[in-house]
Amino acid sequence: MDQPAVSTPYHPRWLRRRVSTYWWLGKPAYLRFILREGSCMFVGWFTLYLLLLLAAVLEGPLAYELFVAWSATPALLALNVVTLAFVIFHAITFFQAAPQAMVVRLGRTRVPPQAVLLGHYAGWIVVSIVVAFFLLGA
Amino acid sequence: MSNRIKLQIARYRPEQESEATFDEYEVPYTKESAVLDGLNYVKDRLDGTLAYRWSCRMGICGSCGMDVNGEPKLTCATFLADYAPGPVRVEPLRNFPVIRDLIVDIDDFMRKLVRVKPWIVREVEKPVADGAYLQTPEQLDEYKQFSMCINCMLCYSACPIYGLDPNFIGPAAIALAQRYNLDNRDEGSAERMRVLSEHDGIWGCTFVGECTTVCPKHVDPAGAIQRYKLTAAVESMKSFFAPRGA
Amino acid sequence: MSRHLEPLLWMLFSAGGVVSGMLMPVLVLLFGLAFPLGWVDAPTYDAIRALLANPLAALVLFALVVLSLFHWAHRFRHTLYDGLQIKHLNEVIAVVSYGVAIVGSGIAAYLLWQLS
Repeated sequence: MDQPAVSTPYHPRWLRRRVSTYWWLGKPAYLRFILREGSCMFVGWFTLYLLLLLAAVLEGPLAYELFVAWSATPALLALNVVTLAFVIFHAITFFQAAPQAMVVRLGRTRVPPQAVLLGHYAGWIVVSIVVAFFLLGA
Repeated sequence: MSNRIKLQIARYRPEQESEATFDEYEVPYTKESAVLDGLNYVKDRLDGTLAYRWSCRMGICGSCGMDVNGEPKLTCATFLADYAPGPVRVEPLRNFPVIRDLIVDIDDFMRKLVRVKPWIVREVEKPVADGAYLQTPEQLDEYKQFSMCINCMLCYSACPIYGLDPNFIGPAAIALAQRYNLDNRDEGSAERMRVLSEHDGIWGCTFVGECTTVCPKHVDPAGAIQRYKLTAAVESMKSFFAPRGA
Repeated sequence: MSRHLEPLLWMLFSAGGVVSGMLMPVLVLLFGLAFPLGWVDAPTYDAIRALLANPLAALVLFALVVLSLFHWAHRFRHTLYDGLQIKHLNEVIAVVSYGVAIVGSGIAAYLLWQLS
């Protein structure tokens, strides 16, 4: 026996199956993943919306009023309803990933994953209440 | 009398054809019959030319991974009764080149595994006469989950990133690197970090999470990868702002 | 230098994910629906001006805009690469995405500075 058989990475007879551009429609989990990633478009849109709001406020009271009126047009309302759905979806999926992605310790004991998750939800509720308080009381 | 179920098994005969085809076989089954038992029945009684891998038939060797109805499974741990009335589609593990029938080539993973140095790395080995390295149960718990990997490749099959870019180092390799990084006896974290921080290392992962879903040993490679991203990112910031001598 | 870039971008993406997840739902609800539809009164011009002049509020808003933009840029770039397999334009897409994030951050800084 002289040299051992070597398998090369580019053996011509091996069947290589191409991945379809629509691979993400193949499984519900893949579709959920792409929707989750797609939620970033709405995060980006709302950031732009906030910048437009800031620009309107800088311009003056009339511009601000026009901005609020513009937000009430059917197209904007529809867009922002979808945006609301997607940013909530983003928050839920991001917080859901947190316990898996980080190990939190208090001293030597490990904080259980459910506590990490509940901590995020608690923070979410507190932050939302604080923001609403400042914006509604104004 | 006995229940029977149809298996639609992917065939690929490179010497005869350039595409995969499906052959259908009907096999008997009981409630304890695994898909692997069905394949063995086909090979023993119906068609001896069927080629596939298996060994321990009890979920520890990692040889019998295949796609069953589109999901990566260990065929020894997947039961025909759960697919009744059938038919059950059995295909080679997705994302790997097919050598023949249900056999895929996993050399790519074997090369990647070696690169992450899946062994205890010590600067200076302790002489045997000095006794064993000691480890408390808590220190074991740090990495035990990641040591459960049986290299079955179901995670690579489920990972769409690996499917789209075979250069991606992949879930099992990273989980196994973590198994050693988190082991208190190991001193090789820096060496592994060099490999894992490459472009096709951990940063290729977008946390789809399917690897963890399909893992038959509950290793949670997705968790290992995300945790390591944080470790690597902190290390990167530390070395950027306060570089130590190379 | 470049090997520190990817970890940094990932950290910005992660921080952006948390901050946008915490703050955006209530802001979209109020500014996107409640105020335009009149469910509650929108802040008066003077009130919102005063709020934005508050350094803490301006800081939080700045952090939200910057981190959300980098969150969007990172995810957008990766999704085009993986989801739509636009690999040959990878560098162009990366430069454009993070470029937009940088420009947007600059605009936010300018606007908030002017409003203070």
